[in-house]
Amino acid sequence: MRALIRAATIAGVLLVIYLLQLGFESSLNDYVQRIVLLSGINIILAVGLNLINGTTGQFSIGHAGFMAVGAYGAAYLGAKLAPPLHSLLGPGALANGVIFNIALLMGGLFAGISGLIVGMPSLRLRGDYLAVVTLGFGEIIRILFNNASFLGAATGYFGDDPSGLPAYTNFFWVFAWVTAIVVLIHNLTFSQTGRSLIAIREDEIAAEAMATPTTRLKVTAFAISAATAGIAGGLFAHMQAGVRPEDFRFEKSIDMIVMIIVGGLGSISGAILGGIFLAVSLELMRDLQQYRLVLYALLLIVIMIVRPQGLLGSRELHHFLRRRPKSGTVGGA
Amino acid sequence: MTQFFQQIINGLSLGSIYALIALGYTMVYGILKLINFAHGEVFMVGAYTGLYAAGALGIDAYEASGRAFPLYLALAVLVAAMAAAALLGVLIEFLAYRPVRTAPRLTPLITAIGVSLFLQNAGMLVFSPNPQRYPAILREVRFELFGVIVTNIKLTIFGVALALMFGLHLLVQKTWTGRAMRALSFNIDAAKLMGIDTNRVIRSTFAIGSALAAAGGILFGLDQITINPLMGVLTGLKAFVAAVLGGIGSIPGAVVGGLLIGLAEQLTAGYLSPAYRDAITFVILIAILLLKPEGLLGVVRVEKV
Repeated sequence: MRALIRAATIAGVLLVIYLLQLGFESSLNDYVQRIVLLSGINIILAVGLNLINGTTGQFSIGHAGFMAVGAYGAAYLGAKLAPPLHSLLGPGALANGVIFNIALLMGGLFAGISGLIVGMPSLRLRGDYLAVVTLGFGEIIRILFNNASFLGAATGYFGDDPSGLPAYTNFFWVFAWVTAIVVLIHNLTFSQTGRSLIAIREDEIAAEAMATPTTRLKVTAFAISAATAGIAGGLFAHMQAGVRPEDFRFEKSIDMIVMIIVGGLGSISGAILGGIFLAVSLELMRDLQQYRLVLYALLLIVIMIVRPQGLLGSRELHHFLRRRPKSGTVGGA
Repeated sequence: MTQFFQQIINGLSLGSIYALIALGYTMVYGILKLINFAHGEVFMVGAYTGLYAAGALGIDAYEASGRAFPLYLALAVLVAAMAAAALLGVLIEFLAYRPVRTAPRLTPLITAIGVSLFLQNAGMLVFSPNPQRYPAILREVRFELFGVIVTNIKLTIFGVALALMFGLHLLVQKTWTGRAMRALSFNIDAAKLMGIDTNRVIRSTFAIGSALAAAGGILFGLDQITINPLMGVLTGLKAFVAAVLGGIGSIPGAVVGGLLIGLAEQLTAGYLSPAYRDAITFVILIAILLLKPEGLLGVVRVEKV
């Protein structure tokens, strides 16, 4: 019975997203559509990064690297999988959907594995080493893609087709993945494992004393976070018709950090708001390109000094709406 | 064999620049347990101050007429850059780090990233994002020693770095401020109870570390010929790895780590491929974190609840 309800809920949500997609494509112009899609991708990035930076209290400043791994992985596999799967399933939306989702999952898997490789040595120690290692990793991965000739080196990877990667990314797939990842991260955060992650953030030594396997949990959370960044990268790649190494500069990691800090470290709804804020503010500040990062930097410093917990803190939006007593919140301050 | 010694010479001069920068990271980390991400940018500002100071002292006229820039003016450039960077370091500490000093660890870390980002981008607005040629405050003289090409610039870099490090050693070991710094890094609360003005000592730490980074910036400019506003990112990162390699918090460790990173980088560039010269640093970082996280000369400290 429960399984039936669950299946019905999933079907219902997908149907709603599909109906929204129909309205979306018929009523909005390309410019607005692009901002909405970017907001969705940002939400995945922010919610994923928030799991490690906000909930677990370990700081990654190289998530653009994992996004790049996912983007290149999904783009490459998508291009290589298309011919055999098209001959198997025939052309059309079904085959495209299958190819795209396999490519995204594999991109996420690659990113997750690189997360394991980066996380294992640095997360055994105190969290601030992770910041430096991820920063270095983000740079190295970009240098590697810049030199990988089978991935197009510095010009970028555009698939086997001269017109570039197929534009699989649309409203339906972006928001189906947004829903899936937000639900996954939400359930993880509010599970027993999530409580342990919060315990690590609040006091690692005390958590360890309570027999919490801190290293294993930190590495797992980090790998999940890297994998979500990889999926976002795959969606991003198939929106751009290709991936270029310079899409994943250090600025991209900073953008992600701004998203979660504006919204509030440790708050899922805060991360969602932050993701949307960034997509919109990037468009509004298009003419102020060279001042953008100066402003973001000042924003980071001022938020840290004045309101280090961000706009929402570690609370969720519905905690404000319901006006529940503070004891119902996760973590608190 | 000649090539090997050539790489060693280049590695030692590059490494002594890393060591100068690493000292600032290790001193601040030793006291505040903060990775001062903005330190690489202080190094950048130091290099630019040197460039403008040399311009103000009329280097263009000397370069145009082919005369060598006098040594006392070159020293004035060095002192000006060190003073400006010291001021910047103190300002950063006062405006950005002091308000968040008692906050949870993540808050100062994000603030430091913010300051670093701010200086990089403000640098691009003020100094222009394009690389600039560094003025020849020291005229290059090449000579051969057993087939190895040595320049007076490489020797100066090594000499100046060594002299500054020796000065720092005297300061930390022999003066009141140095003793207070060591006390703070041992236990900041106990130091405060003993009547040490911790704010003053932290301010001096930032001033000294930043001045050393500025000296590193000028030497870097001399060595690499061009500078740009983003030069502090990768160099700062390598210097930080040097500090971790030597054992973060340890001053001799920073020197050893800096020299080792410089050597490793040059030998990789010479014998493997120049494409991997930046990557080797991070390989070293991951290896040291896995094998000996306290660093070569660091001490294991038990964290107390």
